Amino acid sequence: MNFILKASAAALALGVVSTSAFADAHSLSGELRIVSDMSNPAPRAVMEGLATDFGALHPELNIELEIVDREAWKTQIRNSLTANAPDVVNWYAATRMTPFVDAGLFMDLSDLWENPAMAALESTKGAMTLDGAQWGVPYTYYQWGVYYRKDIFEELGLEEPATWEQELANCQDILDSGRKCYTIGSKFLWTAGGWFDYMNSRTNGYEFHIELANGEVEWTDERVRATFANWRQLIDMGAFVDDHQAYSWQEALPFMIDGEAAAYLMGNFAVAAMRDGGLTNDQLDFYQFPQINPDIAPAEDAPTDTFHIPSAAQNVDNAKAFLLFVTSPDVQSAINGGNALGQLPVNANASVSDDKFIQEGFEMLSNNASGGIMQFFDRDFPAEMASVGMEGLQEFMVFPDNLDDILERLEEARVRIYQ
Amino acid sequence: MATATAGNRSWYKRNEIAATPWVFLIPGIFMFSLYVIYPIFQSFWISFHEWDGLGEKTWVGLANYERLLGGDRKFETSFWNNIRWLVLYLLAIPMGLFISLFLNQKVFGIRLYKSMFFFPFVISQVVVGLVFSWFYLPNDGLFDVLVGKIGIDISGGILGNPNTATYGIIAAGLWPQTAYCMILYLTGLNAVDPEQVEAARLDGAKGARMLWYIILPQLKPATFIAFVVTIIGALRSFDFIAVMTNGGPFGSTRVLSFYMFEESLSEFGFRMGYGAAIAVVLFFIMLGFIGYFLKSMYQDEKGAY
Repeated sequence: MNFILKASAAALALGVVSTSAFADAHSLSGELRIVSDMSNPAPRAVMEGLATDFGALHPELNIELEIVDREAWKTQIRNSLTANAPDVVNWYAATRMTPFVDAGLFMDLSDLWENPAMAALESTKGAMTLDGAQWGVPYTYYQWGVYYRKDIFEELGLEEPATWEQELANCQDILDSGRKCYTIGSKFLWTAGGWFDYMNSRTNGYEFHIELANGEVEWTDERVRATFANWRQLIDMGAFVDDHQAYSWQEALPFMIDGEAAAYLMGNFAVAAMRDGGLTNDQLDFYQFPQINPDIAPAEDAPTDTFHIPSAAQNVDNAKAFLLFVTSPDVQSAINGGNALGQLPVNANASVSDDKFIQEGFEMLSNNASGGIMQFFDRDFPAEMASVGMEGLQEFMVFPDNLDDILERLEEARVRIYQ
Repeated sequence: MATATAGNRSWYKRNEIAATPWVFLIPGIFMFSLYVIYPIFQSFWISFHEWDGLGEKTWVGLANYERLLGGDRKFETSFWNNIRWLVLYLLAIPMGLFISLFLNQKVFGIRLYKSMFFFPFVISQVVVGLVFSWFYLPNDGLFDVLVGKIGIDISGGILGNPNTATYGIIAAGLWPQTAYCMILYLTGLNAVDPEQVEAARLDGAKGARMLWYIILPQLKPATFIAFVVTIIGALRSFDFIAVMTNGGPFGSTRVLSFYMFEESLSEFGFRMGYGAAIAVVLFFIMLGFIGYFLKSMYQDEKGAY
């Protein structure tokens, strides 16, 4: 769908036009074409608001915003970048950028990152860096962690586990009460990737996890086996809901909402769905994935969504100004607020929404993620490795006895993919 | 005399009889070459390369085929699943035949019954797949409840269990395909010669013998078409798999067409060379069948004149 937003007619949807952030900015003119994948209702309103507000700052600028379906964009972006490229597009951080960086379709934005205003985004710079240069800017990210039923924990007299022993003991109590410890729907595979990220980084550390993602470690390595051995403890207890390979992540939610399962390892986006399902803040709480190896600093999954400028963009200066606008503290506070995206701002000077889960996530990522920030299995691992890998992880969760065969298969794929 | 007159006429006038069909065929030939023949050779060409769809193609010779045919387990699974589809999908033909024999009578409301049997073919395959995947859901699905009553418990549900998932999808596919074969046979039955049936009845033929010796031979054209559409339907069994299992659990329901899509066009795909190699293999498998059908069709036509 096409939205031509005439700046003169624009309304201030979010009311965040910040004169302070752009006091010195000269007014822009000409065209700015944005293609965005923020197609879900709340993100869509945010994106439309961003275009409107930016247009209000620059009345001479003609902004053309096109919002495409988020799933479809994952394959459409290829055509979009090559034929009649827009000036700004959405994508994801880390290894997911590789195909476009290698093909020279993303513009090198290292000069933009030298702007003093970007210093406040230092924490995400690593995720935007490939081959020593930066290829885009982030606009939001969100934490992963264990969302659990506080009322069930209270009923059983359990506390949030900090160590693996506590975790296993908790889980045994939950199982004894006739419930499952975790719900998961692995039909579309990636949920199993989240479990692997945590099991592996807690067992072997962030550095090892990234080495594995970069193809520098064999899948048949003893350390990888140790990860699966820990994971298997939960599987053998029967900690996960049965038949999870038949459900999507949404279809697995009712187990938690009905109290048949006590917790869900998920991204923060699941909170909205859980609240829609009828869980209140008194029933729902969050804890960081417990420690497994005490010598290892915790690393967290916190996928980052980004803006990029295609190499073939026509209005580069306007696009760069837009990226600076999006990452400025006031805009960051507004678009990540509880009534907008409900996620974490990337700018250190932005204020964090007072939603309890966003607060907890912000606290966790700021103070207790010293190991590092992972982007998620399917963004850290190259595409082909991710798809083969997640299929193996799903099989492991259903048939843990097939582990040797699975690991050999993954190792075979690794040798081929990273050559 | 005649040659002199002919010499004065234009080339087209002289060759009108031979040339006119070609003139009419030109648009068709042009479109067919551009959208079918040319892409086939393009696929051959791409299959000798490694290409992510964006950058330069790298020539790798037969490497894609060596990997594909030299023990790629995904390919083997897909291939055997294709065979399962081919064999089991043919059940649609006898099932369609029996339903059509059953419906080929004149009672009040038969049109309504016929259209209800035909209904699954009218609705989209995606809808059929979705409905069946709910039907198969573990615990809550109707199928699980029914077989649970007689004490059978399939772990993971039909679609979550790698041993049953493909059969579950084929069963879903058989529903609309049976309806299609039924319609073909119903039209065929209209053309059955009543005098022959009468004569056979006088000779004492009935039941199975009547069906086998009198009715079926007259239904041969319908059987042929049913065979062709069913084989082709089995080989392009893509929608059901994409909707019902997405190739899972752990890739056990892939078929060649789905594997090709996954490698070349899915979210984690864009290995165009490898996808093209799968497409080429699938092309040759289909070519075998289509060649056979074209040959028998050609011979039938020749016999007709």
